[in-house]
Amino acid sequence: MEDFLFAFLNWDIVTQAWPILWRGFLYTLALSAMTVPLGLAGGVVLALLSTSGPRLVRLLAAGWTDVFRAIPPLVLLVFLYAGLPFAGIDVGAWGAVALGFLLNTGSYYGEVFRAGIESVPRGQMEAARSTGLSRGQTLRHVVLPQAVRNVLPDLVSNTLEVVKLTSIASVVALPELLFQARQAQNATYNATPIVAAALAYFLLLWPVVRLVSRLENRALAGR
Amino acid sequence: MTHSPPIIDARGLWKKFGGLAVLKGVDLSVAERELVFIIGPSGSGKSTLLRCLNRLEEPDDGSIQVDGIELLSPKTDLNAARRRIGMVFQSFNLYPHMTARANVMLALRKVLGQDKDQAAQLAARALDRVGLAERMDHYPAQLSGGQQQRVAIARAIALEPRVMLFDEPTSALDPELVGGVLNVMRELRQDGMTMVVVSHEMAFAKAAADRVVFMADGQKLEEGPPAQIFDAPRHERTRAFIRQIDRH
Repeated sequence: MEDFLFAFLNWDIVTQAWPILWRGFLYTLALSAMTVPLGLAGGVVLALLSTSGPRLVRLLAAGWTDVFRAIPPLVLLVFLYAGLPFAGIDVGAWGAVALGFLLNTGSYYGEVFRAGIESVPRGQMEAARSTGLSRGQTLRHVVLPQAVRNVLPDLVSNTLEVVKLTSIASVVALPELLFQARQAQNATYNATPIVAAALAYFLLLWPVVRLVSRLENRALAGR
Repeated sequence: MTHSPPIIDARGLWKKFGGLAVLKGVDLSVAERELVFIIGPSGSGKSTLLRCLNRLEEPDDGSIQVDGIELLSPKTDLNAARRRIGMVFQSFNLYPHMTARANVMLALRKVLGQDKDQAAQLAARALDRVGLAERMDHYPAQLSGGQQQRVAIARAIALEPRVMLFDEPTSALDPELVGGVLNVMRELRQDGMTMVVVSHEMAFAKAAADRVVFMADGQKLEEGPPAQIFDAPRHERTRAFIRQIDRH
């Protein structure tokens, strides 16, 4: 028991590693603040293309979504960071993360938005168009607000996954929370920083998890 | 009937879904201020015909003029044309995320470009016309089916269309709610609105229609004043259909 506490819940280590962990936490927040909006924007564009574009565009969007959901995000990120420079394209660590998340999580968000758009009855589009609204106006004011509402729990749920996935930025040497925790672990020969990192993720994401549950309950009640 | 040029003039409309011809060269002309009822068995093409008149359905062949606009011409600004053609649907199709008033305001603002105050005022007036001034701030889910359909009518008439199309406006309503919607339609008619109605409300047709069109198998089989179609139909199919409807 003594050994366990020493190795995993060592308060001295926490106080020592605190500044490093805090910096990692801030990086994780910054990475999330970049990747979530990018993924959402990419997702909306993909969903609109795959539901409302001409036939060829719809097929291309569907294929794109398939490809980037099938490629593991870690592989994609390493390729963008370490592979592209061989083609003379160096996007840097932040660039690789931005691009990788745009491609990967954009595709996941795209599928969520697509399900949302398809859940809006055709009659909504018809009613709006019959009053003279253009296709774009109809999507913006009538279809998308309902689509988002219908898939809100899935959107938030997906966002949780995205925040957790930002830990892969450690492979391109961005000092996010997990990266920093491992640095601290290596420096102290103690696993407590990893436990502290897990706790930090939990404190960050638990309110969001609760939010998903509440949204899901409300969606069930509204049915 | 008046002798002014028709406000709707559709000729030779063809529409196929897959291999199935739903409209087989249908003509329909409607005079200003006229109320035309289209009846017929399900699958006769009556709803498709109506939906061609504002191009929610794209005819494969034929021509449609509404208020002097060539609806099928590629040069036509379809969105501009559609605001002169109001449409009311069987399932109301109100926007569930907006209040009754916001439902009416959307096109006033985005299509006619009115500012918020002006649109709010006109929306209130339109809702008052359908007897729902009190319910302006309710969401569709808080309204009965009949009230929702009246909001849908307000949404259409607020744009001051030249023509109103009704696609089975009372079919989704409980019987006790039908009257309110028909009353609103009756008032519209008295105000001189040109209306094309697809519906099974035969009593309303008898009382209010100028002309009844009977369709079957994608063709116009017979048309005339209600008295003629209901009491002395010429076609055997028309007779059979009227008999069946009357039994209900």
